[in-house]
Amino acid sequence: MSCQCGSACKDERFVKIDQILDQNGRDESMLIQNLEQIQHFLGFLPEDVQAYLAEAMGIPLSKIYGVVTFYSLFTTEPIGKYKISICLGTACYVKGAGEIVAEFEKQLKIKVGQTTPDGRFTLAGCRCLGACGLAPVLNVNGKVFGRLTTDDVAGILAQFE
Amino acid sequence: MEFYRTHVLVCAGTGCTSMDSRLLRQNLYEEIIKRGLEKEVKVIETGCFGFCNLGPIMVVYPEGTFYCQVKPQDAAQIVEEHFIKGRPVERLLYQHEKETTDVVEMENIEFFKHQKRVALHNCGLIDPENIEEYIAQDGYFALAHCLKDLTPLEVIDIIKKSGLRGRGGGGFPTGTKWEFAYKSKDDQKYVVCNADEGDPGAFMDRSILEGDPHGILEAMAIAGYAIGANQGYIYVRAEYPIAVERLKHAIKQAREYGLLGDHIFGTDFCFNIDIRLGAGAFVCGEETALLASTEGRRGEPRPRPPFPAVKGLFDKPTIINNVETFANVTKIIRNGWEWFASMGTEKSKGTKVFALAGKINNIGLIEIPMGTTLRTIIYDIGGGIPKGKKFKAAQTGGPSGGCLTEAHLDIPIDYDNLTAAGSMMGSGGLIVMDEDNCMVDIARFFLEFTQEESCGKCPPCRIGTKRMLEILDKITTGKGTPEDLDNLETLATTIKSASLCALGQTAPNPVLSTIKHFRKEYEAHIYDKKCPARVCQALLSYKIDPQKCKGCGLCARYCPAEAITGKIKEPFTIDVEKCIKCGDCITRCKFGAISKE
Ligand SMILES: Cc1cc2nc3c(=O)[nH]c(=O)nc-3n(C[C@H](O)[C@H](O)[C@H](O)COP(=O)(O)O)c2cc1C
Ligand code: SF4
Ligand code: SF4
Ligand code: FES
Ligand code: FES
Repeated sequence: MSCQCGSACKDERFVKIDQILDQNGRDESMLIQNLEQIQHFLGFLPEDVQAYLAEAMGIPLSKIYGVVTFYSLFTTEPIGKYKISICLGTACYVKGAGEIVAEFEKQLKIKVGQTTPDGRFTLAGCRCLGACGLAPVLNVNGKVFGRLTTDDVAGILAQFE
Repeated sequence: MEFYRTHVLVCAGTGCTSMDSRLLRQNLYEEIIKRGLEKEVKVIETGCFGFCNLGPIMVVYPEGTFYCQVKPQDAAQIVEEHFIKGRPVERLLYQHEKETTDVVEMENIEFFKHQKRVALHNCGLIDPENIEEYIAQDGYFALAHCLKDLTPLEVIDIIKKSGLRGRGGGGFPTGTKWEFAYKSKDDQKYVVCNADEGDPGAFMDRSILEGDPHGILEAMAIAGYAIGANQGYIYVRAEYPIAVERLKHAIKQAREYGLLGDHIFGTDFCFNIDIRLGAGAFVCGEETALLASTEGRRGEPRPRPPFPAVKGLFDKPTIINNVETFANVTKIIRNGWEWFASMGTEKSKGTKVFALAGKINNIGLIEIPMGTTLRTIIYDIGGGIPKGKKFKAAQTGGPSGGCLTEAHLDIPIDYDNLTAAGSMMGSGGLIVMDEDNCMVDIARFFLEFTQEESCGKCPPCRIGTKRMLEILDKITTGKGTPEDLDNLETLATTIKSASLCALGQTAPNPVLSTIKHFRKEYEAHIYDKKCPARVCQALLSYKIDPQKCKGCGLCARYCPAEAITGKIKEPFTIDVEKCIKCGDCITRCKFGAISKE
């Protein structure tokens, strides 16, 4: 339920964060777990969320920021509605994942790591998806596409237009 | 206990799940219920069979019929024909190379024949979400045996005598590591399972966790008993959602059955296991970085000594072992160290799991006795190279390793032989490359990976790998100069000797090993500005064959650089100066008249 009163009551994101902390605990060793779940819920980790977490867990903000920037799983920017993760693991690379990436970059007019201006697609590289038998492989919001050729790219994008 | 006449094992590993095996299972359940067979036929979801290339995989017992590439819509026919009428569905059977129509049983398939499944024993055999199936395969008996009949030192002695060496890459003797931790006196110690699986093209540990999670829990408890620890942590990548879920489920079940927790089997031994998520940093596979990350910090390595066995997690004595190492422990305790030591070579005992991938017909997960040759792996198990192409190299050890060439096809694979050949065992990634792969490009690929993953703590690794990458970029884009090879080798030597952790110390290996074995290919890039494998885009020039060109003009219309000109019905030509090498024209030409070289 979103807050309707408009007064200075708690941001609903922070209510959810409190729930996550209650469940996992506030010990420093749970920091990565907590960040992971918060990001799962919010999609990304903006600065005010990091600041709130610093307060709630009793850890300096600089330290939280250090952890967020260290691990590639975490992002401080909002991502697109559809996240296209192209496997850049070795097995996919030797089977031409580089060409698939180039084709997506060409068609979406963005580089890996960027989001289209309309907020629809984010293009990302990732490591072995465990489906090397289907190499080259990609994953769009959990749906896996395999044995790709550059000809498949337009069709995949069309499915998510 | 219920009795089923037919057991259907359907793979629920990541590979097959990506190919809709979840829907296949769903459809099978529904068809079985529709025909009232639910008391006769049991569907079991298992871990990876290894033959992921032909997934989704399904095996029907007691016959042992091996089905592959089964689609969700095949469920009705299988139930109708096979389960009711007893006739296997021929079109879904594994097709033998020698065109026979015989039903082939799993163990007679070439892919499985040369394998020995020890660490992977339960994967593809039991339902990983059902602790009772694990127990039915003698699960938790090894733990019971240790707690009731053996002293911690006796357990350590068995592991030492078995000759088990760490499967995470280093190959350190596991029993010796446990002994160090045993001897560190402290009232709090920890057991950590390294399930970070950093090699970017491998999925051995993932499959073990997905297919046999209890095997890891049991082995960690045994390790805890041996060294005197009461708490374990599994450090697993958040990118492995199925593995994480199965582990959580298994831990919960084991607690309910009293196989984890307080006073296990009524003894004084207490042991708990918790999961810690890795968040995508290769360096966190390194043990001291892993410990920092488990404590919730940035995963930066620290100098050793002190070794974790003395000062590890929260400064307490800790052992860290790889998933596959643990997967062997329970089997050694159950079958005896003599059994384990009877497999393998003199200094490398047992088996090794490899994720076989790349330019090979049978992509998948294999487990072979140490000492098997690369030739057997590639040509017998792997079924050779697709499209009749020529074998060029195989990379082991991932970004820390090196490549093996034709000259190495017949050496027995073990820790020491691979190191002597200039590569390493690594954690088990085995990527096959054929004549179409450019070795300079592959070296660049690995270096780009390690460069990105360098934690930045020490300058030789942070800056040195960057300089090396710049040189490789120059070479692959046709700007290479004669001194580049020497410079690469000098940088490599410095980085190897001056980096703090093994990430930096091994990062130059793929470059050194490709220079060693494929120097000519580097030279072709530098001196002739040519990529012999035709991979490096900047070195290719596009050409229209006037014999094949029909003069339709299609390519010219699509060329974004307006590099193609000509008169309709006469051969067109490409201006190489203007050409931006986008490759668009090749895909447009219906007559195959355009080529790159
Ligand atoms: C950069 C780097 C990455 C590593 N990645 C892994 C890994 O993904 N999995 C693993 O088990 N060991 C990895 N290791 C090796 C571990 O540091 C450690 O040696 C191993 O977990 C010990 O377990 P073992 O003796 O059972 O092999 C890595 C080492 C380095 C230097
Ligand atoms: S060698 Fe590289 S990864 Fe290892 S500590 Fe130094 S900078 Fe970090
Ligand atoms: S598309 Fe092919 S046939 Fe047509 S002009 Fe170009 S090269 Fe010639
Ligand atoms: S390397 Fe891409 S799925 Fe394994
Ligand atoms: S995931 Fe099914 S056989 Fe490997």
